[in-house]
Amino acid sequence: MGESVDLIVVGAGPAGMAAGATALAGGLRVALVDAGTTVGGQFWRPPPEHARTPIPDADPHQGARAHRALRRALAEGRERGRLLLHLAHPVWSVTRDGEGFAVHAVDRSRDGAERAVTLRAPRLLVATGAYDRQLPFPGWELPGVLTAGGLQALLKGGGVAAGSRVVLGGTGPFLLPVATGLAAHGVKVVAVCEAAGPLGWLRHPGPLLRNPAKLAEGVRYGAALARHRIPVHPRTAITAAEGADRVTSVTLAALAPDGSPRPGTERRIEADAVGVGWGFAPQLDLLIPLGCDLVPAPDGNAVAAVDEGQRTSVPGLYAAGEVCGVGGAPLAVAEGHLAAASVLTDIAKATGRPAAPAPAARRLAALRARVRAHRGFARAMALVHPLPPAWGSWLTDRTVVCRCEEVTAGQVLAARTEHGAHDHRQVKQLTRAGMGWCQGRICGPAVHCLAAAPGPYTPAERLIATPVTLGALADLDTDREAADR
Amino acid sequence: MNPVNRILVDGEPLGFAEGQTVAAALVAAGRVAWRTTRTGGRPRGIFCGIGVCFDCLVTVDGATGRRACLVPARPGMTVTTREDGDG
Repeated sequence: MGESVDLIVVGAGPAGMAAGATALAGGLRVALVDAGTTVGGQFWRPPPEHARTPIPDADPHQGARAHRALRRALAEGRERGRLLLHLAHPVWSVTRDGEGFAVHAVDRSRDGAERAVTLRAPRLLVATGAYDRQLPFPGWELPGVLTAGGLQALLKGGGVAAGSRVVLGGTGPFLLPVATGLAAHGVKVVAVCEAAGPLGWLRHPGPLLRNPAKLAEGVRYGAALARHRIPVHPRTAITAAEGADRVTSVTLAALAPDGSPRPGTERRIEADAVGVGWGFAPQLDLLIPLGCDLVPAPDGNAVAAVDEGQRTSVPGLYAAGEVCGVGGAPLAVAEGHLAAASVLTDIAKATGRPAAPAPAARRLAALRARVRAHRGFARAMALVHPLPPAWGSWLTDRTVVCRCEEVTAGQVLAARTEHGAHDHRQVKQLTRAGMGWCQGRICGPAVHCLAAAPGPYTPAERLIATPVTLGALADLDTDREAADR
Repeated sequence: MNPVNRILVDGEPLGFAEGQTVAAALVAAGRVAWRTTRTGGRPRGIFCGIGVCFDCLVTVDGATGRRACLVPARPGMTVTTREDGDG
């Protein structure tokens, strides 16, 4: 594609933006690629014009300021011609290209015309983030039941609420900004069902006390929940959703310590929309086919293994943010800066030239300390908000587990007990669970649990990370011939 | 709302606000389902909202299998729903 760059960054969320800013400051030419139409990722979503004010910024201090500074740095990089910003460019594959990498994307930035684009660079940074982790329950496939992140994306990005009486459920602090955001938009948030107990942090107080910003954030959410009179039910889960063509009610149940519903505690409440999330699953689609080593994270996910400079096991390949373990935007920003600092150091080493303003040792030490503190917090968060071990007891044989292929819990369990399947790959071969459009992105973690597979959940290798048209692939051939010439 | 901001959904005009996706425009009009599953014939629409689950598939200006939650609504865009599971 003509213009050569030193570094390609895939993912323009907090981690990718930070990496871009540090790489530009170090004098590199950078390509920043994202499927979205703006920078910011899922976390920093600019509200649409008609909804400029009503959605409160949950993290007004460090979040907004960091976001503004990174935006400015990237805009300046573009003006100077040092940053090539490729928005609306979903990446469908990344391959080795000699000593470097080839990033295959589809340009959807222009109406109607889809065009294949291949970017090449000696170094690649993957910062593709994460998405809501889901556990199935009877009725979760009914319209009106969304992921918590889906409710948030519609609200922050589209200025719309998916219902007027909403129940939220699952586990983790992300349910709180979703609840307060909806309430500020005028939605009645009937209940927030948090599967974890209220006292979990008492067993892990250190990380919270070492991260006063997180403590303050928690206090702010507590105040906002109280102001909007949103009831939060600890040790409670949404164990079923009911309705004909749309959800009309949900069943809540108090949970025993193992996560099974306490008999007799079930109650039904009316709702026209539901948001569910059980933490997040890192988006590893581009890293796995490159052979990047993975390690287990405390939340049960496999994540990219990185050294203290965010280098993966593959030379020239770096990773930052949620793909290295779910930990939130401030951690992602610190890791993005750190990863780009490593790129600068490694280029200087390889070329024998000092990196033009070399990242000061003191700044690197501060970034590493920040990453360590946030990682400690994320570890505690995972321990306080685990998947309830007995969540499978909510299911009936007829509960849909794989939404795409409509494979039921009965079929998945039969694959395990009658045919000896012991991981999600074998279940997939026997039942088609995970074989549909989403390629197991939604049901994978749940099938992993239901198959009683040992170890962390590792997604299947997907050679094509996002669907592309044959026309776009045909473009790619011409493009490659042009590049070869 | 700018009156020029209309898409056609199954032949019917649907307003949208600048910056909304096709899915957000449908949700704003009270619709959370617009597709039927291939096997069970069940209604589906918006679920993950960020392009992961493929529940919200529609045809946009003749291109099948597009995720409504990712496609920005543009004036005059033609959207067809009610396809089967293969989008």
